[in-house]
Amino acid sequence: MAYQIENTQQGEKYNTIFSKVPAAERRKRSARSRLRKRVLLGTYIVLLMLPIYWLLNMSLQTNSEILGSMTLWPQNLTFDNYIGIFTDSSWYMGYVNSILYVVMNMIITMLVALPAAYAFSRYKFIGDKHLFFWLLTNLMAPPAVFLLPYFQLYYSVGLFDTHIAVALAHCLFNIPLAIWILEGFMSSVPKEIDETAYIDGYSFPKFFVKIFIPMISSGIGVVLFFLFMFSWVELLLARTLTSTDAQPIGMIMTRTSTASGIDWGTLAAAGMLTILPGILVVYFVRNHIAKGFALGRT
Amino acid sequence: MTWMVWTLPTAIFFSSIAAMLAGMTIWELRSPTVERKGFLPISTTRGDRLFVSLLSAAFIHLGIIGFTTFPLLVASALSVLWLLILMRWG
Amino acid sequence: MNNKVQNNRAWLLVLPMLVLVAFSAIIPLMTVVNYSVQDVLGPHARFFTGTEWFSTMLNDPALHAAFGRQVAFSLIILAIQVPLGIGIALLMPKKGWQASAVLILITLPLLIPWNVVGSIWQIFTRNDIGLMGWSLSEIGLDYNLTRNASDAWFTIILMDVWHWTPLVAMLCYSGLRSIPEAYYQAARIDRASKWAVFRYIQLPKLTNVLVIAVLLRFMHSFMIYAEPFVLTGGGPGSSTTFLSQSLTTMAIGQQDLGPSAAFSIIYFLVILLVSWVFYTTIMHMQKDKNSQGGA
Repeated sequence: MAYQIENTQQGEKYNTIFSKVPAAERRKRSARSRLRKRVLLGTYIVLLMLPIYWLLNMSLQTNSEILGSMTLWPQNLTFDNYIGIFTDSSWYMGYVNSILYVVMNMIITMLVALPAAYAFSRYKFIGDKHLFFWLLTNLMAPPAVFLLPYFQLYYSVGLFDTHIAVALAHCLFNIPLAIWILEGFMSSVPKEIDETAYIDGYSFPKFFVKIFIPMISSGIGVVLFFLFMFSWVELLLARTLTSTDAQPIGMIMTRTSTASGIDWGTLAAAGMLTILPGILVVYFVRNHIAKGFALGRT
Repeated sequence: MTWMVWTLPTAIFFSSIAAMLAGMTIWELRSPTVERKGFLPISTTRGDRLFVSLLSAAFIHLGIIGFTTFPLLVASALSVLWLLILMRWG
Repeated sequence: MNNKVQNNRAWLLVLPMLVLVAFSAIIPLMTVVNYSVQDVLGPHARFFTGTEWFSTMLNDPALHAAFGRQVAFSLIILAIQVPLGIGIALLMPKKGWQASAVLILITLPLLIPWNVVGSIWQIFTRNDIGLMGWSLSEIGLDYNLTRNASDAWFTIILMDVWHWTPLVAMLCYSGLRSIPEAYYQAARIDRASKWAVFRYIQLPKLTNVLVIAVLLRFMHSFMIYAEPFVLTGGGPGSSTTFLSQSLTTMAIGQQDLGPSAAFSIIYFLVILLVSWVFYTTIMHMQKDKNSQGGA
């Protein structure tokens, strides 16, 4: 705890400065600093939201209004762009496809990553460190490298243009990520808990499901968030492995750009709709994220 | 398997990597490695040293292929030498 | 946590994961290696070329330039995003509905598909219909990212900062939350300055999440593809063509499998080296810290 010692020394230095400042003055200062914090954070969030607001703004306008004049908010509010998407199955099936493979990927990843992360956090075994590093290297492999072999691999096993193909392909980077995060959370659970449970006569699977998983539920929340995120936003592999039946929404959006120009309104509306599932997911895991990753990794 | 367009040299390459991994596993089972500090700035196990030498072998080959006109065998000879040095004193 | 038990049966727990990842990682990797030593014109028309593609790629000036741009880009965005992310995490409210609301708003950009991020910024920066492009032109700046290379760079960096700083902020925020309130109370009793609190309480707790953040950011920025592709298409000229895009153009656009495979392998080896050095350094730093009995 070296910093605490240094802390006291620092503290003494500041003591002498602070003691000359009257209490009322100090309170005023802290109120002012809180206000400054709010303003800075508020500015950042406004800047962060501006591009998204602009997308929303355009999605509620007709193309002629978008191209006609510069308007900061829709003058003639219209929902036609959204209605167009929801009434055309070739459009909304894109969302269904994307959600399907993302959910499949989350399930597969969790099923294999939980036991593996447990093994890494509790046991030493031959090659464990190298295996762990090899897993991490898969996070680093640029998907662009693998596009063609992937296409041929999934084509040759007959999975091309299915949701499961994309789900399996996304395992390449999602499983290592899940193991990496879960391992940290699991290591923060004391080993004594495992031992007591085994003494009490729990079998490994029963202990794992009944006792261990509930203990790391925050970790699972965080991991699910990341699995969703990286599978939902990835497009390169998803579009390479599909053609018509399982095409992700990101690919269908490219249809808005045709020889006669870009259908800005529909593009913006489709873009807005890709943000919605994300909002839902963050909403569900917001408390887990706040609880933190840092838990085990001290 | 035809789409994987195998060639003899690459097949030999991957088999020898697999053989190395298998060999390392058996060696580890027979006599577990002890982490130690050699001339590398970090303390390493046997597996770490093998990894370091393989990675540097890759870069030695790239360097020789890309920036010199020496035959490839020079690179391989250098790599093997480097591997032996690393495994013994690394 | 150095009380792990030696048990090789743990391999059984790892096996299912290994099979899945190996299927997606090793078979394609082997194929790429096979491509790299041949000129593949079709399944039955291929010629062994040995190391020719490697020497071509290593001496290709266009790729050197793309590599240089890539390194510059990754360093710039790390230098901006890490301090900015820490700063934002420090500003975020600690509890209550405001904390949830801020968290949800901030993570929003992370959950947008990458090509949509590109589209958003493409729209946002257009001079005719985009808020930013229009405003900059209105105040008399000659802003045009399809003609001016420095504008294109500025926009891509701004986009990446917009897109990814939230990840750093979110990780740091969760790191800050894990600091027990008692530490802050002790600091208050000591009347430690804000800087002292940051330097000796918050920063040490943040190092672990910062490692995750920097590794993730480095790896993702090094293979950035969709956003610049949609936003600038690599232009003007090739001023914003990064490695992934050169690679994809070569492999898919020109069907040059051999050279692009050789290039992929070189690319992968570079990332492997950097990540290994980084990972090992961090792991040893942690080990030293633990062996001194601190933190």
